[in-house]
Amino acid sequence: MTGTVDITLNVNGRDHAIRVEPRRTLADAIREDCGQTGTHIGCEHGVCGACTVIVGGDPVRSCLMFAAQAEGVPIRTVESLANGDTLHPLQRAFMDHHGLQCGFCTPGFLMLMTAVLEREPSISDDDMLDVLASNLCRCTGYQNIVKAVRAAAAEMRASCAAVIIREGG
Amino acid sequence: MSAPTRGSGTTWVGRSIRRLEDPALVRGQGHFTADLPAVHWLRFVRSPIASGRITRIKSPAGASVFTGADLQGVKPIKPMLHKFNYIPVAQPILPRDVVRFVGEPIAVAVSRSKEAAEDLADLVEVEITPLTPATDARQALATGAPIVHAEAPGNVIVEGRVKTPNFDATWAAAHRRIKFEALSRRQNATPLEARAGHAAYDTASGRVTLTCTTQMPHLLRTAIADLLGMPESDLRVIAPDVGGGFGQKMSLTPEYVVLVWLARHLKSSVAWTEDRRENLMAGFHSRDQVIALEGAFDKEARLTGLSADIIANVGAYSCFPTTCGVEPLMAMAELPGPYDVQAYACVSRGVVTNTCPMAPYRGVSRPVITFALERLMDKAAAAFGIDPVDIRRRNLIEHFPYTSAMGLIFDEASYRETLEMAVREVDVPAFRARQTAARAKGRFLGIGFATFSERTGYGSPAFAARGMEITPGWETVELTMDPSGLVEVRIGSSPHGQGLRTTLAQIIADEIGVAPQQIRVVHGDTDRSPYGWGTFASRSLVISGGACLIAARKLRTKLLTLASHLLEASATDIVLDAGMAKVSGTDRSVSIASMSRAAYYQTHRFKGEIEPGMTETGSYDPAGTFSNACHVAMVEVDAETGRVTIEKFLVAEDAGRIINPMIADGQVHGGIAQGIGNALLEEIIYNETGDILTSTLADYMPPTAREIPAIELHHMETYSDASITKAKGVGEGGAIGAPAAVLNAINDALTPFGVQIDEIPATPRKIRAALRGAMEKRA
Repeated sequence: MTGTVDITLNVNGRDHAIRVEPRRTLADAIREDCGQTGTHIGCEHGVCGACTVIVGGDPVRSCLMFAAQAEGVPIRTVESLANGDTLHPLQRAFMDHHGLQCGFCTPGFLMLMTAVLEREPSISDDDMLDVLASNLCRCTGYQNIVKAVRAAAAEMRASCAAVIIREGG
Repeated sequence: MSAPTRGSGTTWVGRSIRRLEDPALVRGQGHFTADLPAVHWLRFVRSPIASGRITRIKSPAGASVFTGADLQGVKPIKPMLHKFNYIPVAQPILPRDVVRFVGEPIAVAVSRSKEAAEDLADLVEVEITPLTPATDARQALATGAPIVHAEAPGNVIVEGRVKTPNFDATWAAAHRRIKFEALSRRQNATPLEARAGHAAYDTASGRVTLTCTTQMPHLLRTAIADLLGMPESDLRVIAPDVGGGFGQKMSLTPEYVVLVWLARHLKSSVAWTEDRRENLMAGFHSRDQVIALEGAFDKEARLTGLSADIIANVGAYSCFPTTCGVEPLMAMAELPGPYDVQAYACVSRGVVTNTCPMAPYRGVSRPVITFALERLMDKAAAAFGIDPVDIRRRNLIEHFPYTSAMGLIFDEASYRETLEMAVREVDVPAFRARQTAARAKGRFLGIGFATFSERTGYGSPAFAARGMEITPGWETVELTMDPSGLVEVRIGSSPHGQGLRTTLAQIIADEIGVAPQQIRVVHGDTDRSPYGWGTFASRSLVISGGACLIAARKLRTKLLTLASHLLEASATDIVLDAGMAKVSGTDRSVSIASMSRAAYYQTHRFKGEIEPGMTETGSYDPAGTFSNACHVAMVEVDAETGRVTIEKFLVAEDAGRIINPMIADGQVHGGIAQGIGNALLEEIIYNETGDILTSTLADYMPPTAREIPAIELHHMETYSDASITKAKGVGEGGAIGAPAAVLNAINDALTPFGVQIDEIPATPRKIRAALRGAMEKRA
């Protein structure tokens, strides 16, 4: 395959002007052209979810999307989650509850649940399990991922409620 | 000796401190092999044929494609075993004449990007004259079967035989004998990170650095240097963050040899990232075994004798370093399990076939032998009309040390106690009542038990007993406190998710009085860590942990001597705690950091009584120890669809002293999930021509969060003298017990139909077929 396209990807608030083949996947572009290697590639079949990033608010398997399709839409990866030294509640909960072992699938789970909890903070436990079943982890048996996500969801709901009260909502 | 001592709070050991590994990983700042940039990228051209003769390999003119013909002088992979009628077979790095499995690498395309290398590989024309393959082990044993290696005309390349002297008499005296066949289909360990390697040549030194996803960096260095005929120290192997291994990443693969050869040949950097299809085809398989098992029982349902015929399909080649003997020989050695049975006869064969080579995978044979033995116990319970729990009570080992029929020494454990603990926690009578009520409504619930031993932390004597040319076992650590008081411990183990940076730091912290956060564990770099055997076989916390304890005790002694000089007190009066050395009962103290500084910069103060510097080493090579557990699965089987739902999974386990409860629980959880996948879902399938039908994760199905129920864990801690830290291994037990518990539960649920499911995975299709068969028989 020959030929390239010039595109600009907005990753974690920063524009990356890159030249890629049209067939370049978003996952490869994020990792190799934008240098954000926190997004991992586990299967390239769209099954394992390790490469999940947030594209315009939606959790997306970046191995199933072409880089060129993501132009003009803000992309968020695991590198965007922490605010300086302050970790995202999900990151903290994964550490507190031992929701990771080898850590390879972790960025995918974090981005999946970040997107889902932002959209649906009061997600039911059953729906949350359905969502978590989109990604594969081979180390944890999911026990502590489920615990971590429950804890982070509760914390995020509480801080959201606190903001509403503070702002007189 | 069993005592509930978890989380005492006064020591670092026993506490669920957060992992020191995690901050980088949750931020996406881990260093994985595929993150490295390279000048050249590789794509392997793989055989689409299971068995055949290569007649021609044609590459586009001028293209950078290398074949076996280019690798002149590179030796084949040929591991050696000096026992058990082992026939050594050679695996060429890139074969020139014969291919032996679908997925075998036969050429390598080199280009400036991954995509370009893939495009180039697609243009390489390979002509292979197909031969009839042997894919099934029993088929390969038949007269006239295709021969996989000319050196082994019967396709058997390893054969263990044992028969205890008392066997024939015991067998003849049996009150009842029960015989059946247990079958385990083939699995792939499926770490989420597939294999990846990066080799970089340094023109100044002529050295190559190979960064790759390995569990045993030092041994990989030895193996590759041997095959390429290069000085071993000219190769540096780095295992950076490794995305799971489970055994798949402990064997030598031809792809890494090619990487190092190419880095030297091109005097540049070359990289390869395996895709998932390659991993499922060629990244090592496991568990493909048939066990014909017969048990002899006396009138009281006590198991008096065991007879087994084990056939292990080891694939096309023998894996380095363990050899393909690892599965059949482990099965033979440990099949009697946790039961007191002294009459034993076994034949165990490793059979080569035209399939992906087999390598160790979490549990190594024990998930299969435990499944077979635990099915036997349930069948026997049914035959005697007693409860499955009762038959286990009558047969479990209760006195220690116990010498097994195979001569293994079982150290202090809690087989009976963990069974009773599990029985109490699940409330069996309540379950039976629920089961009866459900059956009346056409719903089929079942409960299944598995009691088992898990041999862990075994050193060189255990490997020597197998006759391995390469005899792993011991571990060495180097412990250094720098002049600022920060501690670095360099280890030969190579963790990849087990949390060893945290648990080893906890063990050391208690000895030398500094916090685990002040202790940095360095591993996975042959330039920085002492020679060691890597991480596998539930060994690292026991053996590397033991070596850490030995080194830390030496450093402690040195710190006490330093303090006695500096504080002018007797060493016996000094307490090391929270970064300080204090004279007990006084307010005199000195910081450990300043003592360390003095050991480097003020040596004259110690009048030649103290060696300069702050480095101590420790080595440990234990005989081994047995962890144990009882697993209980409660399932519902849908008799229409064959679907199995696990309602509850409960574990009572004993891995000795728990260093970090949170991490130990995580190991058990992960093992059980893999065991449940083994029991219900995961199966590598070949068709009759030896082509692989399960080459995506949509076909080969590891479980998701939906298939794994909440797992309830209960612990006991039996302290055994077989481990100096009192910790036993905990990495594999989950995977060992779960398939047996799940299959026993399925069979319990299906009791009204009179069917027996003795095959894993028990997929809905197989369960439906068994139920249909039972209906037809009745009609």
